[in-house]
Amino acid sequence: MAFTGLFLILFLIVHAGINSSIFLNDGGETFNTVAHFMSHNWIIRFLEIGLIVGIIVHAIQGIVLWKQNVAARPVGYAVTKAGKNSTWYSRSMGLLGTLVLIFLIIHFSHFYVGTKVALYSGDQPHNLFEEMKLIFSSPLIVAFYIFSLIALFWHLIHGFQSAFQTFGLNHKRYTPIIKAAGWVYTIIIITAFALMPLLMHFGVIA
Amino acid sequence: MEHYNMNLTLKVWKQKNSSAKGNFENYQVSNISSEMSFLEMFDVLNEKLIAEGKEPITFDHDCREGICGACSMYIDGQPHGPWQQNTTCQLHMRAFKNGDTIVVEPWRSKAFPVIKDLMVDRTAFDRIIQAGGYISVNTGNAVDANAIPVDKRNADEAFNAAACIGCGACVAACKNSSAMLFVSAKVSQLALLPQGVPEKETRVLNMVAQMDKEGFGNCTNTYACEAECPKGISVINIARMNREFLGAGLNDEG
Repeated sequence: MAFTGLFLILFLIVHAGINSSIFLNDGGETFNTVAHFMSHNWIIRFLEIGLIVGIIVHAIQGIVLWKQNVAARPVGYAVTKAGKNSTWYSRSMGLLGTLVLIFLIIHFSHFYVGTKVALYSGDQPHNLFEEMKLIFSSPLIVAFYIFSLIALFWHLIHGFQSAFQTFGLNHKRYTPIIKAAGWVYTIIIITAFALMPLLMHFGVIA
Repeated sequence: MEHYNMNLTLKVWKQKNSSAKGNFENYQVSNISSEMSFLEMFDVLNEKLIAEGKEPITFDHDCREGICGACSMYIDGQPHGPWQQNTTCQLHMRAFKNGDTIVVEPWRSKAFPVIKDLMVDRTAFDRIIQAGGYISVNTGNAVDANAIPVDKRNADEAFNAAACIGCGACVAACKNSSAMLFVSAKVSQLALLPQGVPEKETRVLNMVAQMDKEGFGNCTNTYACEAECPKGISVINIARMNREFLGAGLNDEG
């Protein structure tokens, strides 16, 4: 969980970084150039396999954990005050992860499939920027993206620092730094991603 | 603190044996002193039940000083009740007020089957200790206590881990019924001291293997265990055990 989680955390930096080129507001010129480079570079294509495998393994590990953990308590409590001993998001990683997974399936069908079809079905340049504008013209899709990003936000807030604990790093001095870094990372990544559909929908980025 | 008496409604889990299906039963207790302990309140109730010719409620208890780890009630949604770093026997009735309804359940975990009512079978913990929670010492004359130098920080950390009384509140509190806090405390108290070092790798591997075999859940780092532990055992021990486990796994040749 921790290993694949940290790998996916690293991926999000690349993803958010590259997509942030739409903030240049140059009609998607830079963004399309970078997107073209990414889809025609064998190193990236190789890492892409790692990304797909990473997501699938992370999800399968999560499902296996969930099944084992449910089986570990066949009879539940009538009354629990879990809010007194732990945060709601640390207890809801499975639910938040499922929301993110549903989002990913829709997200892939929005952008990934189209890009791949364009890549293999001929050599006409694929305008990913225009495709984004088209998809984000729907308020429903924008709302869904924002909702999913909120789920990802809390998933990352717990996941980031939790991964270090799993690897055995818990230290009086360093753990508060790791936790703070997790918050900074999550806020930056989620804000960047949330601004993309919002600004495109309201025509700020055109 | 001002003394007062109270009348309470208790909703207690009753279960005949491990294979029976249990259910809640309601009991009324009156004139309970705020200076009684929670277990003394149960004694009053049980004596009343016996006098009425009814079956008393079975619960675990031993020292009643908060140091043995025998008492194990899940009170109003929290193991050992609402007070921090406290055992059920040291929970006093001043934590409640007149007219309260208190729900009392046993520890809930597949690895802790209910024996009767509020008493659960915690021998899973004993088997984990037997798998490696010891040091092997040749018999003979007692070794001089201070013959081996120990780093003060390690001695303190080992002592903190050794404060674990094995009550199982960590398992009861964890949404996954994970025993990681207990096992990590028992791994740490030995791994931190020179006497525990020779066996530290086989110890952590065997104890974790036994923990998994017993059917405890997995740790997802919610830290509910640390918050509910009557002895304040830190999740730093879990990180230490994870380190030990990763290292031992890499060194393990078989």
